[in-house]
Amino acid sequence: MAMNTQGRPTAPGTATIAEIQTFTGNRGLDHEEPLIFEIGDTGRTGVDLPAAPKAKSRLGGLERSAEIGLPGLTEPETMRHYVRLSRKNYAIDSGLYPLGSCTMKHNPRLNEKMARLPGIGDIHPLQPQSTVQGAIQLMETLARYLMELTGMPAVALSPKAGAHGELCGMLAIKAAHEAKGSKRDVVLVPDSAHGTNPATAAFMGYRVKSIPAMADGTVSAEAVKAALGPDVAAIMLTNPNTCGLFEREIVEIAKVVHEAGAYFYCDGANFNAIVGKVRPGDLGVDAMHINLHKTFSTPHGGGGPGAGPVVLSAALAPFAPVPFIRKEGDALRLVEDAEGTQSFGRMTAFHGQMGMFVRALSYALSHGSDGLRQASEDAVLNANYIRACLADLMSQPFGDRFCMHEALFDDRWLKDTGITTLDFAKAMIDEGYHPMTMYFPLVVHGAMLIEPTESESKASLDLFIMTMRDLAQSARNGEAERFSGAPYLAPRRRLDETLAARQPILRWQPPAAVAEAAE
Amino acid sequence: MRYLPLDDADRADMLAKIGVKAIDDLFADVPNAKLLKSLPPLAKTQSEIAVEREIGRLSARNVSAGSVPFFVGAGAYRHHVPASVDHLIQRSEFLTSYTPYQPEITQGTLQYLFEFQSQVALLTGMDVANASMYDGSTACGEAVLMAHRITRRKKAVLSGGLHPHYRAVTETLAKWGDTAVAELPPDPQGKEDAAAAIDGETSCVVVQYPSVYGSIRDLKPIADAAHAKGALLVVVVTEVVALGALKSPGDMGADIVVCEGQSIGNGLNFGGPYVGLFATREKFVRQMPGRLAGETVDAEGKRGYVLTLSTREQHIRREKATSNICTNSGLCALAFTIHMTLLGEAGLRKLAALNHANACDLAERLGKVKGVSVLNDTFFNEFTIRVPGKAADVIEKLAERHILGGVPVSRLEPDHPELADLILVASTEINTDDDRAAFAAALKEVL
Repeated sequence: MAMNTQGRPTAPGTATIAEIQTFTGNRGLDHEEPLIFEIGDTGRTGVDLPAAPKAKSRLGGLERSAEIGLPGLTEPETMRHYVRLSRKNYAIDSGLYPLGSCTMKHNPRLNEKMARLPGIGDIHPLQPQSTVQGAIQLMETLARYLMELTGMPAVALSPKAGAHGELCGMLAIKAAHEAKGSKRDVVLVPDSAHGTNPATAAFMGYRVKSIPAMADGTVSAEAVKAALGPDVAAIMLTNPNTCGLFEREIVEIAKVVHEAGAYFYCDGANFNAIVGKVRPGDLGVDAMHINLHKTFSTPHGGGGPGAGPVVLSAALAPFAPVPFIRKEGDALRLVEDAEGTQSFGRMTAFHGQMGMFVRALSYALSHGSDGLRQASEDAVLNANYIRACLADLMSQPFGDRFCMHEALFDDRWLKDTGITTLDFAKAMIDEGYHPMTMYFPLVVHGAMLIEPTESESKASLDLFIMTMRDLAQSARNGEAERFSGAPYLAPRRRLDETLAARQPILRWQPPAAVAEAAE
Repeated sequence: MRYLPLDDADRADMLAKIGVKAIDDLFADVPNAKLLKSLPPLAKTQSEIAVEREIGRLSARNVSAGSVPFFVGAGAYRHHVPASVDHLIQRSEFLTSYTPYQPEITQGTLQYLFEFQSQVALLTGMDVANASMYDGSTACGEAVLMAHRITRRKKAVLSGGLHPHYRAVTETLAKWGDTAVAELPPDPQGKEDAAAAIDGETSCVVVQYPSVYGSIRDLKPIADAAHAKGALLVVVVTEVVALGALKSPGDMGADIVVCEGQSIGNGLNFGGPYVGLFATREKFVRQMPGRLAGETVDAEGKRGYVLTLSTREQHIRREKATSNICTNSGLCALAFTIHMTLLGEAGLRKLAALNHANACDLAERLGKVKGVSVLNDTFFNEFTIRVPGKAADVIEKLAERHILGGVPVSRLEPDHPELADLILVASTEINTDDDRAAFAAALKEVL
């Protein structure tokens, strides 16, 4: 069986179960749906537009003549196509989505409604600032919430996602070093970090130096101190970390980092565990991004859009990117030009993800200070409840200890069963669950990272736990078939990732082109 | 709190099961001195009514584009989005799903991404496209970095017709990533000779089509000039509807095409979220950033889709990845692909023709206002006018008369006083004859 270095199988198993064949290939509510290219054509449209009045073309002789090949559908056909596709997706609204590190919490619909108010959704980023004072006020209000909750004096709102926020924070750090005339070229990253951390550091020309974790899954101040030196610009540390643990030596780590003249970048992907409980600013953090699509529940949307504002310490605040907000009398102004400031520059066109800002603010206002703290406590409580209820059957890499918002198991308990983490995950699909995060963090073999979030009721958690226990017992009993061919009951069986990568088909081709390519 | 299902009895039961007395026992790893003893000084839980009121008040203080004659563009355009688009993207199964890491239960997302990639490749005239970027400007920065990787050179030539924000984003990456940019001066007339700036160290030349000032030039000569020196041509399109009327960049020799896709399916949203389109030639696909959906088969031989070529990406390659990008713009890409499917080729061409005709009409009307001149020989749905005096003041005065009349170039190029009398003006299918007449009349009044 083809496997990658984490022991993750990359080709599907072959076991099958008997099934009823249908004429259409559909299975009840699960419809087979062709591509738009197979059902639409270039002459059909679902939009009625008036014909353009005759005018002399000003296109400079560059009019498109040949057909583009874009298929169209009428409105009812379009509705059916996408509704059918949607039904092949798992979603938070349909079930528990325990994807560790991703924070699949409830997405309140009030936030969607607020984002579609005409004064929010239908304003242009470059219309006169005098006509968008309410929008800038909204950004200012969200900024205040983020600063208050993190205990940090400044925030850069414009980064478009978590990784973009990391880049922002690290650029501020690089600019701060440069302003001091210091040329440091190393960034320390624990080997349990999200892949985006080393990718961001390398992207900026830093050399990445790995720090091993202790046996308990956290990083020690001693290990950090040993790795520090005059060439180290910063440490990038996730807290709570990717193993779902609070870095208990974080205050000492910040201290030794600062003593060595370096800065402390905190990956705030897991901030949702500690909102209202502890403030990163009080721990010695210099920069931290906040994934609004995790902690503040803006919808994940099948992979974005997100938003990654970065809170900054006083030392880094002057280097924040444009635009930033400045008070001028009663008015608020977005400063859009870096000239004449210490700003490191611009990260994106316009002002950032306003559509996400309004959803995040709506979430924060709805929860309030008490609700935000309760949400973090419930997230931690739910994760520990699951951990406690599965600890006798599944193995924990760092012993039986409390976690924060996510519970981490490894695959030692599956040893000699012939069943992998991947198999176990796929069997969860047949039970109606989205699998947990698997094979991450990389430092744990066969990792299973379960994050239930605060959005689950106790009844929902109990059913999930009973299901996991039943699966675990079944695995321990060597009932391999339940796992090796799973999922049996999803819209698709296991997909061949090896084939997809070896012979990439990345777009639809007209049948003629496909036939030609095969010759 | 209406979003939290646990009640105090549940919490007590669960703490007992875990074997602790109080919730703070679970926070034992947090240094005790740092644990907050009181709530943050922010308002407490509020009802839907109260939150709606508060955000509604902020919304009401803004002048929405739909409430006035509206001609603002410069990289974000107000088009009509069919009602069915917004309905479909709000389906729970799309809205509240994650990146499709488990393909067996995310075929919906994967198939629409595959369709999206196919549409983008066709529209740009390229071989392959990825599953989207954050927006056009960050896609532009990534395109330059990709060109550096392919050519193993480190200098990008940026056209003076490139949107100044895109230029600034690219500059930021260059400045801090130890690469170089050669910037040509702002080119409102569309006359620059970018080819002359290409030398043996140039990895790519970046041109915008149509330019930020609206002008349209044949890309073939610049593509040939770049290729002759071993450099690539990166083409930026900020108004993707233009590709319904204009020859595709791929047809004229582009190596990488990036677009802001907001115009199709997505609202203005004060600047984001938008959706970056990223397309290239087949031979460069392994140097491309971002997610890719690909076709494969499942264990029973049925066609299906997966995320593929992920060995380029950060979660596998870590510091050796092509980019640090993780999240993309999935839902905005969905809005794009639905709207594009509704339009189809016939609808897109009609939409493009309508935009062009409306802009031609507006250019004629504004050109007749005393003291105003239209700079462009060529344009699609946006062009540049010169006004007597400061453009920014003119725009403010128009706003006082409830007309949002475009973008003063000084807002984008504050350090170029010689451009302070220029305004970028856009007209799309949303503008009526009355809107355009009102704009011309008001402009006459304020000058």
